[in-house]
Amino acid sequence: MFESILVYGLVASAILLLISLGFSITFGLSGIANLSYGGIYLSAGYLTWYLINVLQFPLFAAALTSVTLMAILGALIYRILIIRVRGNIMNEVVVTFALGLATMELFRFLGFGGYGFSLPSVASGGIRILGQAIGFQRLLIIGVAILVALLLWYFTRRTKTGLALLGMAQDEYTALSLGIDSDWSATYSCAIGAAITALAAVLIFPLGVIAIDEGYKVLIRMMAVTVLGGLESTKGLVLACIILGYFQVTVSNLASPRWTEAVFLGAILFVLAFRPSGLIGQSKELEERV
Amino acid sequence: MQNEVILKVQDLSRRFGGVRAVDGISFEVKSGEALGIIGPNGSGKSTLINLITGFVKPDKGAVFYKGNNITGLKPHKIASIGIARSFQTVKPFYNLPVYKNLIIPLYSNRVKKQLKGGCMGDRDEAAMHLLEEVGFERESNLPYKITGTLPHGYLKKLELARCLCLDPEIVIVDELFSGMSMSEIASAMPIMEKIVAEGKTLIMIEHRLRELFRVVQGVMVLNFGKIIARGTPEEVVKVEEVKEAYLGKEGETVA
Amino acid sequence: MKIKKGYRKERLDRGIKARVDDVFAISSYREIMYLAMPRTLFIIFLLLLPLSGSITGPYWQGVIIITCIIALLTLSWTFMYSVGLISLGHAVFFGIGAYIAGWLSSSLNLSPLITIPLAALSGAVLGALLLYPVLRLRGIYFALITFALPLFMMRLIEATGCLGGTAGLSGLHAFPSRLFASYLVIFVLLFVLFGYLKIMDSDFGLVLRAIRDSDLSVHAAGINVPLFKAQALFIGALPATFAGAFLTHYYRFVGMTAFALEYSIFPITSAVIGGTGLFPGAVLGAFILTPLSESLRAFGTLRIAIYSLLLVLFIVRLPEGLFSFIQKKYFQFERWVPLERKDDNAK
Ligand SMILES: Nc1ncnc2c1ncn2[C@@H]1O[C@H](COP(=O)(O)OP(=O)(O)O)[C@@H](O)[C@H]1O
Ligand SMILES: [Mg+2]
Repeated sequence: MFESILVYGLVASAILLLISLGFSITFGLSGIANLSYGGIYLSAGYLTWYLINVLQFPLFAAALTSVTLMAILGALIYRILIIRVRGNIMNEVVVTFALGLATMELFRFLGFGGYGFSLPSVASGGIRILGQAIGFQRLLIIGVAILVALLLWYFTRRTKTGLALLGMAQDEYTALSLGIDSDWSATYSCAIGAAITALAAVLIFPLGVIAIDEGYKVLIRMMAVTVLGGLESTKGLVLACIILGYFQVTVSNLASPRWTEAVFLGAILFVLAFRPSGLIGQSKELEERV
Repeated sequence: MQNEVILKVQDLSRRFGGVRAVDGISFEVKSGEALGIIGPNGSGKSTLINLITGFVKPDKGAVFYKGNNITGLKPHKIASIGIARSFQTVKPFYNLPVYKNLIIPLYSNRVKKQLKGGCMGDRDEAAMHLLEEVGFERESNLPYKITGTLPHGYLKKLELARCLCLDPEIVIVDELFSGMSMSEIASAMPIMEKIVAEGKTLIMIEHRLRELFRVVQGVMVLNFGKIIARGTPEEVVKVEEVKEAYLGKEGETVA
Repeated sequence: MKIKKGYRKERLDRGIKARVDDVFAISSYREIMYLAMPRTLFIIFLLLLPLSGSITGPYWQGVIIITCIIALLTLSWTFMYSVGLISLGHAVFFGIGAYIAGWLSSSLNLSPLITIPLAALSGAVLGALLLYPVLRLRGIYFALITFALPLFMMRLIEATGCLGGTAGLSGLHAFPSRLFASYLVIFVLLFVLFGYLKIMDSDFGLVLRAIRDSDLSVHAAGINVPLFKAQALFIGALPATFAGAFLTHYYRFVGMTAFALEYSIFPITSAVIGGTGLFPGAVLGAFILTPLSESLRAFGTLRIAIYSLLLVLFIVRLPEGLFSFIQKKYFQFERWVPLERKDDNAK
């Protein structure tokens, strides 16, 4: 029991990290809360499925293609839609939210819902850790989640471009005066976010079937994690993923799997009541840079 | 009341990430005093104001107002006990008509009681009166314009008027004159002098030393979040450290 | 645009003229008519609507009621928006009201005339309490959390099986008659519309509008912003919780669909199409969209996709909405006036 929680909690945490990194990086780099990633996640899943099953792509090529296409789509969404409402938070949020909804509900209408839509695993089989059977796909997810998180951390804290983008998000005017084009940095950040979300889809969908509600689930988890971790810090994000991941697995082991969704509600309500700015976010309710 | 300590700041500190924006600042302001705060950009002046007025929470230290500890109080509480502040970057209500901007502070608990009757007419009249005081002519259509259409200098004055609406005991203005034209500054000077003459306590962050020194009796110089000098304007400009930090190596002469 | 040689186009604003004139003199009764006509017509139109049901049949009577419900939700959304609170999950208020009414009706056996006001009030209090902590934060937290709440409420009811679980509560008390229900919702709609306009005109409303422009300045003006936001949230939630409670009794059933996405996305789209932030626009949007979407009911979830796309289209292409557009057309008229000839001056 205990070992199973230990191992599968880690898997759940990695899954959460992978699906929330895209949203978080876009927000961190450009201040855009891009709520269309639920739709992107689903689109990436179906696109990969289409490439593999209809166009007979090999798995790896299909995955690569969808990640690339989704990155382009993310950039296009910014260039075509978000750019026109940039700066007006309400419009940013509503436009991306509506876009995500439209995508997901369109898929539902087109009959993509049922079983039979699933992606193959990269590798079948598995190993035993602490006596727990764990598939290679799950190991891969853990590895990729950590790798992507580290890469992003390195990119934003150690490379010139990354630092510039980060500075941009914090202080647009200064960045502008340093000659950084805010629109291009936002375009990149949307592309990166969409690509990571697509990558998450390609890796996570093989664990189950591609269902419309997965899109909503992902969107909710993305939000639960970012709300719990606070919008600003990577440390908080990772911490929130670990807490929620383990909590979710514990609850579904001890009580019943149907309670797992309620865990996220609990987390959000907890944050609501006690730490509105996230677990380790300082209360920044009024601060702004002057 | 005169010459009593009205505001006392004790070992106030705040870091942002690795930056010590305000680093162990302590000082006192006497009632009716006019204090100038100067220092290079990024030296922590605005953060100090934010700490005093509750917009930023301190890591360490305390603020006392008339002997009461007001550290960590919410900004609206601090405003309603009589400490009004203006923002360095103007934050007017862009979509409201100009005079309606002043209805907001006049609607706060502090002033609502003082305005007898408190009905709509009273408040509008009070707002127009204050606007006139900071230089919006009543006859012009300026008070009725949508705030977003005003030029920047007027927004600064509006910012000041919003402070005065609260009938404060301490007025804190953050770089009021930057962004104003010479003539606007000239017209704003009498207002500042009047605030002091009325016996209100004034704390003024300013880069325009010439004008600042005409209003204030004491000056405090900040650098890297610390006080590096305090005294009368004449004393302060003589301090070597200040010349280096603020006026440049050669030290510009200031009248 | 057509161009007429030797003429220029002049645009006059009759609304401004009518309004400005009455500052100086008692305006002519034609001017008063001119200003009051749209709203009078609208009120008469609403009051006649239920009567038309006897001609058009019960289906359209139902559509009228749903339209008013969506209009109420849209007004509620718009009120929150005008304080800077962007709700992505208005279904949460709707659902809370619906379930409270359902529970009161099924367990205490109360009549709709008691459960509806009770559910509306307590639901709004509950909503305001639930969201109070988030009100302290700036930015997008409110949007994120309101989006998540209705979905979680559904899961919670599903998982715990309380309040009827997935089956819902059925066989609830009905309204005395359909006509009664229609007039109830129409009167409430009119009351909310003009009530909201009144509130926004008062000094209290002024503070709310100021909070949206710059909350920091409102803080600095000595006003307890979270408290005002909480009050606004309560006032804003009322029509939504009422709508939920009303529909519960109208359908005599409440189920998890009370938290459905429709009730979140329809108000946003109606508000944006009508003109974001304008109360008459909110009603206009709902009255255009709801009959349309009722006729699309056969398409199921495609409606949500269509609504979402419309939303995107309007925000990007016509952000000021239809109401401002119509208002302009009503008040402004254009006419051609001859250009002064150059050689006139030369003389
Ligand atoms: N909200 C904030 N977050 C991060 N850093 C901040 C914030 N506010 C101020 N700072 C930093 O604190 C330092 C002092 O800033 P400030 O008080 O605005 O200086 P001044 O007003 O003297 O120009 C600067 O380095 C600034 O970048
Ligand atoms: Mg400053």
